Amino acid sequence: MKDLTEALVELIRRTSTDLPADIETALAAAREREAAGSAAQGALDTILENVAMARRDSTPICQDTGTPIFYVQHPAGWSTRVLKEQIRAAIAKATEQTYLRPNAVDSISGLNSGNNLGDDAFPTIHFEESEGDDLRVDLLLKGGGCENVGAQYALPNNRLNAGRDMEGVRAVVLDAVHNAQGKGCAPGVLGVAIGGDRGSSYARSKEALFRPLADVQMDTKLAEMEERLTAEANQLGIGPMGFGGETTVLGVKLEGMHRLPASYFVSVSYMCWAHRRHRLTVRGDDIHYA
Amino acid sequence: MKNISLPLADDIIRSLHVGDPVLLSGVMITGRDTVHKWMIDTFIRNSRQAEGDDQEVYKAILPILQGGAIYHCGPVVAGLVTGDYRFTAAGPTTSIREEPYQGEVMHHFNLKAVIGKGGMGAKTLQACAEVPGVYLHAIGGAASLIAKSVQRVMTVHKLDFGVPEAMWVIDVKEFPAVVTMDSHGGSLHQEVEKHSSAKLSALLGV
Repeated sequence: MKDLTEALVELIRRTSTDLPADIETALAAAREREAAGSAAQGALDTILENVAMARRDSTPICQDTGTPIFYVQHPAGWSTRVLKEQIRAAIAKATEQTYLRPNAVDSISGLNSGNNLGDDAFPTIHFEESEGDDLRVDLLLKGGGCENVGAQYALPNNRLNAGRDMEGVRAVVLDAVHNAQGKGCAPGVLGVAIGGDRGSSYARSKEALFRPLADVQMDTKLAEMEERLTAEANQLGIGPMGFGGETTVLGVKLEGMHRLPASYFVSVSYMCWAHRRHRLTVRGDDIHYA
Repeated sequence: MKNISLPLADDIIRSLHVGDPVLLSGVMITGRDTVHKWMIDTFIRNSRQAEGDDQEVYKAILPILQGGAIYHCGPVVAGLVTGDYRFTAAGPTTSIREEPYQGEVMHHFNLKAVIGKGGMGAKTLQACAEVPGVYLHAIGGAASLIAKSVQRVMTVHKLDFGVPEAMWVIDVKEFPAVVTMDSHGGSLHQEVEKHSSAKLSALLGV
């Protein structure tokens, strides 16, 4: 089995320092929509300048390099135990090279481990065996500011007059955007899971954040709601950094799940504008980053 | 764009209003969750005894905080092994977590500027009017760019809190920020919250 540690360090470096093109393009378009000379436009100018600088200098886009969340799809025959060791070694190495900030804090003792390695869930690694010969590693770096404004609702919700249907989903998602204000580093992307249990629902809401911005749901009901929620969230006028303005979210990604008859959870994961996600693909001796 | 330098005199603070972009220069200190709790517990509400180097650190940060600025930031720092520290990424963290402490910290140290992101609440706004002080909003996530304004990392206190939570004493030049809470009771965050709340009610019909 290959030693992928160095390739994984490179995946981490790219993810921390090189904002994906679809997000950067959306931020540039948002900049054009803001009033000339407004605080919102100033914020987006600074953001775009920072994105270019981070890429050029190979420095972290944001100092909060967050929880590293890995999704690994591997062909039959790979050892997930060895892959996990390599991922953890790569995290420690990338931290030493200051592509990541040491972020793993023991909640009981308060001590920072110093090398970004915590318990089994830090970094978070999901494995799945897949068909074909390619090994794919997707990485998302999700910071604490936006993680803190995520929310989970159980429908029905009296306060919002939200029932167990798509209109109810709409109400709670808009409520979550309102509650977040600028604290999640708007303009962000929402990953929303409809259904599941409390755990699986939140997990799926994060998986939705791996979808490219242009990706449209196959289900037309969900696709229409994604578009409507993006437009309505932007009508709230919270704007970049919460300064007020035209763009509060860059997109909304909805995912439908099965649920128990008694439960109807809607889980909202908020991803900041520094939407850091990249993919490593290993095919034979070839290593490809996207 | 206003250029302002630390320490900040009261007339400078009073001249600042919500919406003003500023470039801040001088020596300031980073402090976030652990630091605010440490200050409150050990020196302000005195619920825990000072121990270890607590008193020594307090004496060292006092002159920087008087008339000075605290920056809600947990940086990425190079040179940890050699002690030749450099900031490679240093954007703001979300300030609202310090809301239970910030007003008291401002009063205790005569702290004039709080720098962070996302804004703060009523207690801090009141302290801004009384001390007087301002809340300066840095651009969240703009970490590489802000790190460039850090000319020098002078020293660090309480590194045992961890790199993000330690108190880094930094000399900054033209640190970019926007006044979003001023000493006249103005808060951009209150305004945006109020407006978006009305809009949400209209959209949901509740």
